[in-house]
Amino acid sequence: MSKKRPAKKTAFTTGVAVLAPPTHGELIPQRDRVLRFGGRWNYSPAPEVHTDVKVHPRYELFIGGKFVKPSSGKYFPSINPATEKQLSEVALGNAADVDRAVKAARRAYEKTWGKMPGRERAKYLFRIARLLQEKIRDLAVLESLDGGKTIRESRNIDLPLVAAHFFYHAGWADKLDYAFPGRKPQPLGVAGQIIPWNFPLLMAAWKLAPALACGNTCVLKPAETTSITAMHLAEILAEADLPEGVVNIVTGFGDTGAAIVNHPDIDKLAFTGSTEVGKLIAKSVAGTRKKLTLELGGKAANIICEDAPIDQAIEGIIQGIYFNQGHVCCAGSRLFVQESVVEPVIRRLRNRLNVLRVGDPLDKNTDIGAINSRQQLDKIREMVDSGKKEGAELFQPACRLPSKGYYYAPSFFTGVTDSHRIAQEEIFGPVLSVMTFRTPEEALERANNTPYGLSAGVWTDKGSKVFKLATKLRAGVVWAETYNKFDPASPFGGYKESGFGREGGKQGLLAYLRLG
Amino acid sequence: MTRQSPSFGRVDQIMVEERAATFTKRSIKTESKLQGLRLAFSMLDLTTLEGRDTPGKVMTLCHKAMHPAPERYGVGPVAAVCVYPKLVPAAKAFLRGSTVKVAAVATYFPSGQSSMKTKMEDTRVALQAGADEIDMVIDRAAFLRGEYGRVHDEIAAVKELCGDVHLKVILETGELITYDNVRAASMVAMQAGADFIKTSTGKVSPAATLPVTLVMLDAIREFFFATGRRIGMKPAGGIRTAKQALQYLVMVNETLGDDWLTPDMFRLGASTLANDILLQIAKSVDGRYQSGDYFSLP
Repeated sequence: MSKKRPAKKTAFTTGVAVLAPPTHGELIPQRDRVLRFGGRWNYSPAPEVHTDVKVHPRYELFIGGKFVKPSSGKYFPSINPATEKQLSEVALGNAADVDRAVKAARRAYEKTWGKMPGRERAKYLFRIARLLQEKIRDLAVLESLDGGKTIRESRNIDLPLVAAHFFYHAGWADKLDYAFPGRKPQPLGVAGQIIPWNFPLLMAAWKLAPALACGNTCVLKPAETTSITAMHLAEILAEADLPEGVVNIVTGFGDTGAAIVNHPDIDKLAFTGSTEVGKLIAKSVAGTRKKLTLELGGKAANIICEDAPIDQAIEGIIQGIYFNQGHVCCAGSRLFVQESVVEPVIRRLRNRLNVLRVGDPLDKNTDIGAINSRQQLDKIREMVDSGKKEGAELFQPACRLPSKGYYYAPSFFTGVTDSHRIAQEEIFGPVLSVMTFRTPEEALERANNTPYGLSAGVWTDKGSKVFKLATKLRAGVVWAETYNKFDPASPFGGYKESGFGREGGKQGLLAYLRLG
Repeated sequence: MTRQSPSFGRVDQIMVEERAATFTKRSIKTESKLQGLRLAFSMLDLTTLEGRDTPGKVMTLCHKAMHPAPERYGVGPVAAVCVYPKLVPAAKAFLRGSTVKVAAVATYFPSGQSSMKTKMEDTRVALQAGADEIDMVIDRAAFLRGEYGRVHDEIAAVKELCGDVHLKVILETGELITYDNVRAASMVAMQAGADFIKTSTGKVSPAATLPVTLVMLDAIREFFFATGRRIGMKPAGGIRTAKQALQYLVMVNETLGDDWLTPDMFRLGASTLANDILLQIAKSVDGRYQSGDYFSLP
C-alpha cells in the first residue's frame, strides 16, 4: 500500500466533510466500517460477595412496632428473578391485618407522633438515615437479590438516595412552620401508602420520609414481588426506637392494597404504580374525605436535536431507557431524533448496546440485570411482538442471556410511528421506540401527544432551545442534557394521566400537610 | 488568517465526565486482570524526556524495554521508547534486533513555539537518526487563536516529511481549555495526516485524563466512519498506576473495541507506570506482593 501523500495545503474551511480525505493509513471500505467488541479482552466474573447478608427464611408483618404473624396464617413465596428460585416467604396480610395496622397507626398518631415537636421527630429521622447509610451494602445486596436490579445501581443509586431522602426530610421536620409563610401546617393523620416493585426501598423512602417529617403515621404496603427489603427497613425503624405504630408494614397482593384504600380510618392515600390501578383507586376514594396523591405511568419523550452533543446524548438515551432494566415510570421510552442526525445516532446506539453487559445482577460489571418477574417478562415479550407485527424493525445486540432467570436483551425499534402500540403504551422494560422529526415544533407537538406526562428529555447545545422546549413540554420533570437524575430536594410528579401531587422538595411536603 | 468556526461536533462536559467515570467502576479481577496488565504493558511507550538525559540513561531504559521482568511473569517487551531527537542514535543502537520502536519527540517539543523551519529541522534530525515514530506537538497558540488552517498545514507538512514513519500528534489537551477544543483539535490532526493522536507532552498539568481521552476516542470513531481510516490513540502523562492503566483499557474496550486494543492502535505514554504494572503482574502470578526494590528503575 502506498503511503506517499501529497502535501495538502488547503486552508481549513468548515468541518470534516468538505476536506479532502487523508491518504495515510489503510483505507477500510464502507461496508467493513464496523466496530467489534469482546473478542480480545473479556472481564472475568466479579460477583459481589454476599454470604454475610442474611435473608430470613420467613418475613412477618410489622404492626404496632412488632413483627407479627398474619391473621390468615398464610405466606407467599418471594422469588429471586435472577435464578427463579424461592428466596424466602412473606406474610400474606388481609383486611383484618390492615385494620390492625390502621388502628396501631391511629393510636400512635394520637398518643405520640402527632403531638411530638418537629425537632424531636427530626432526631428519629436522622437516626434512621444514619442507620440506613451504615447498612447500604447489605441492603443493596438484598435489593438486588429480591428484585433483580444490578448491584451497581442498587449500591450506587438506590440506597444512597434512600438515605438522602431521610436526611433531607429530617431537616424539614422542625422547619415546617416557616415553610409556608402565614400558614400553620398540620399533619393529616394516618397515611396509607402503596408502592411499586421497581425501586422498592427508594419508593418506601419517598413515601415514609415526608409523611413522618410532617407528623403523620403510616401503613405501607410494598409490592408483592419485592417485599423483603421493606421488612429489613422495619428492622431499622425498630432499631432507631421509632415509637410503636408510627410505621406499619403490611405485605400482600392487590387485595391487601385495596383493604388499605377502602379502610375508613385512613386520612391520606399515596400510590405509585400503574395508571390502571391509579384510576381504580381514584374512583374508590371519590366522595370520601381521603386526600390522594398518585404517581403513575409514563411514556416519556427524549428529544435529540441535530445540534446536540451526540456522543453524550447517546449516554442520555442509554440512561433514559435501560436504567433499571427499563422498569422506570419516567423512562425515556420514546426517542425523537432530528432527521439529519438519525444515521449517526442509530449507529452509535447499536455499538453502545453491544457493550452493555446483561446478566447476574450481583456481578459488579453487570449493566442490565433481571426482569422483575415472569409476569413482567411476558408483558415485555408481548409488546415487542406487537411492535414486530406492526412492522417496526427490532434491534437487539448479540448478547447471551443466562439460561435460568428472567432476562431480556436491551432492544430498540426503528421504523416506529406515533400510532404503533410500542409508541403509545408503557412497556416498562428495556425497549426503546425510535422516531424521527424535522422541526423542534413538530417534536414538541408529538412529544405532548400522549395521555401521560411524567417526564421528558431535551438534548441540544443551544440553551435558548432548551428553555423554549422545556417550558412547552407537558411533563412534570424535564431533563436537559441529562436523564433520570433524582434528588430529594427536587419535586417529582406527573401531568395528565401520570398522576398528581409531587414527591420531594418543599412541594412534596404539601402531600402530607393541611395548611391551617 | 481569519477565525473559522468549523462544526466538529460538540461535547457536553458534565455527561462526558460522568461517562468517563463509569469506566473506573468496572471490576477487573483474576484472569482478565492479568491479561489486561500484560496487554497494557505491551502498549507502553517507555518515556524519558529530560534535559539531563544521557546515552547511559537511555541504555537503562532500552534494556528495561526489552527485558522488563523474569520470564515466568510472561511479560513481553514494551511497544516503544520515547526520547529526544539527540538520543535517537543511542536508543536505536541499544534496541537493535528487538521489536521495540524508537519514538522521538520533535517540532520544538514541548512548546512548539518556534519557526516552522526550526520545527522541520528538528523533525529531520530525528528521522535521519532513524526514529521509527515521530511525536510532534501542535501550535496551541495558533489553535486557540482559531487558526485551524495553520495547525492543519503544519501537521500536513511534518507528515509529508515523515513519509512512512508513524506520526503521533500531541494536542496538549491541558492547554486547550475545553472539550469542544479537544474534539476540534483531534479532527484537525487526523484530517492533516496524524497516524496517532496523543493527549499531552507530560510537561503540562493536567496531562492525560479519562474524559479527555474519551473525547478523543469518540473523535477517532467519528473519523473512522467518515473516512475509513483507523487512527491510533495515545494518552500520555499522569498515568502512574496499573489500576489507571486498566481503566484506560476498559474505555478503549467499550468504545472502539477489538481493533484498537493492540499496541499498533493504542499506546500509553508513561515511565513510572511500568513498574506498577510489573508489581501487579508479579502479585497475580505469585499470589503476594513484592517489594518495589525487586524491579529495576526505568
